[in-house]
Amino acid sequence: MVSSNDAGRAGVAMPGTVPAKALVLLSRYREVSIAVVAIVLVVYFQLGSDGGFLTAQFQSVVLRDTGRLGLIAVAEVLLMITGEIDLSLSGTFSLAPYIMVLMSIAWGVPLAIGAVVGIALGVLVGLVNGLLTVTLRIPALLVTLGTMGIITGLARVLTNLESVPITSDPYTFVFGSGDIGPVSVLFVWTLAALVIGHLALNNTAYGRRVLATGGEVQAARAAGISTMRVTVGVFVVTGMAAALAGMLYAGRLHGARYTLGETDVLTVIAAVVIGGTSLFGGKGSVLGAVVGSWLLGVLNNGLILMGFSVSDQMIARGVILILAVAISLRETRQ
Amino acid sequence: MTAEITTDSPVLEVRGLSKHFGPVEALSGVDLSVRGGEVLALLGDNGAGKTTLTRCISGLYRATAGTILVDGKEVQIATPQDARDCGIETVHQGLALVGKLDVAANLFLHREMFHPNPLLRALGWLDKRAMADEATRILERLKVRVPPSGVPIERLSGGQRQAVAIGRAVGWGKHIVILDEPTAALGVEQSRHVNELILTLRSQGVAVLLISHNMQHVIETCDRAVVLRHGRKVGDVRIPDVTARDLVDLITGAVRAAA
Repeated sequence: MVSSNDAGRAGVAMPGTVPAKALVLLSRYREVSIAVVAIVLVVYFQLGSDGGFLTAQFQSVVLRDTGRLGLIAVAEVLLMITGEIDLSLSGTFSLAPYIMVLMSIAWGVPLAIGAVVGIALGVLVGLVNGLLTVTLRIPALLVTLGTMGIITGLARVLTNLESVPITSDPYTFVFGSGDIGPVSVLFVWTLAALVIGHLALNNTAYGRRVLATGGEVQAARAAGISTMRVTVGVFVVTGMAAALAGMLYAGRLHGARYTLGETDVLTVIAAVVIGGTSLFGGKGSVLGAVVGSWLLGVLNNGLILMGFSVSDQMIARGVILILAVAISLRETRQ
Repeated sequence: MTAEITTDSPVLEVRGLSKHFGPVEALSGVDLSVRGGEVLALLGDNGAGKTTLTRCISGLYRATAGTILVDGKEVQIATPQDARDCGIETVHQGLALVGKLDVAANLFLHREMFHPNPLLRALGWLDKRAMADEATRILERLKVRVPPSGVPIERLSGGQRQAVAIGRAVGWGKHIVILDEPTAALGVEQSRHVNELILTLRSQGVAVLLISHNMQHVIETCDRAVVLRHGRKVGDVRIPDVTARDLVDLITGAVRAAA
């Protein structure tokens, strides 16, 4: 190897080394390559919007969306590593904050207690999803498609299709609306989830159980791991994360609405898959999912800024999801 | 075979083991014993009862009648965990490894080493370095050359994976190991490595019960062979006294040897 202070000579001796190294780095660290794509998009949107993209105001919107998606994505990574999936999270996302606010308005229940009830709802949804999946051996895709319908319907009935405001300032500060310096509190929550999720997956026995359950369920069982408990557990974590993210986002918007998170399921799953989590379980990256969330946050808002409609965004997301899945499958087959 | 380093008394003994599935007698009154440092081949054609016998010993089946003794003491084995608690580890054909995890993670799956800090330990924090070091020691002891950490096990060869599976079985001082056709899916060179590993286990005083259909491997690695036919023991022979041809005759029933 050539030492670093011999850079000039190295450049002559081994032309193309730096880009070659960069390519190796990109292929090895999925998270870095997604970040590069996101940065390219940022530059494109910045140029295309005559400098409107990289403003503090607009970036706070991007970070808000990144935070919302990333928080759920962290949990969905664990779930998808076990080889399962949760489509019902958008329902939980909109119903949990609604219950919280409604309890406060109707019965004067403090929002903090309402928040605990909201989390409990996430736990309940996770338990139902998980137990149905492991006991009836129905694919999680179908189970959660069903529970998604049920929860979304419930949210629509309960809300009477109306939104309710949150007026408590301390609450909205802690729950996502406040800013610490230039950074939204919602994003701070997501960073915390990222750190906890990353460490839990890579440094704890819990992470090993999740990886083993998704990687080779027979081997995990033979080793004495209760794989059903692991699976139900990650469903519960996902339900809780969706509920928490919903309440944080409602705090950010100063109100709960039944349409909250309606289109987030596809986006979260796309973020997770883009981030390098295997569709077949056994492998995944929490950091990748959050970087993937940022990429999609940039894309969504960039498209809005460039004058594309919500419908255009949906099409873009669909295309990206298929691309991400195609790349992921190609990697698996190699 | 080479020098005797076996224990005097058997570490695993099976007496009069029978297993019925309804009216079907899969196993009737089988006796066998393995001493430490001894490799016992369990032979028989398909359906002879080899798998039923090993499943009774490893806790997957409950025997209808008979007793199992470990180190001379009678034990009750109702679950795989019971068998493990008795010091009996089974390497099944399916390998029971997680392909996407590395060697150290597989060796320590569900028996991880935790961080010495009590707070981190309570959180289930892994001591990855200690596990990598211990994995290196286990692999060295077994003379297996694979990278202990950083490489997913699915990138290793079949022989290397088999070695890791066996290492997982014996890595924790388990002194009785059941190997179910460890070379069935392997090429010549890789089979040779696994056979060498079996001899290494033998030299370290481990009692090995080996199921195999490869008579050459049996002759090369085993001290004794027990032959089953239709659920009964039809032969218990010292390998140096027989040829591969004799073993095949015993299995197929062409010759009847004293049991």
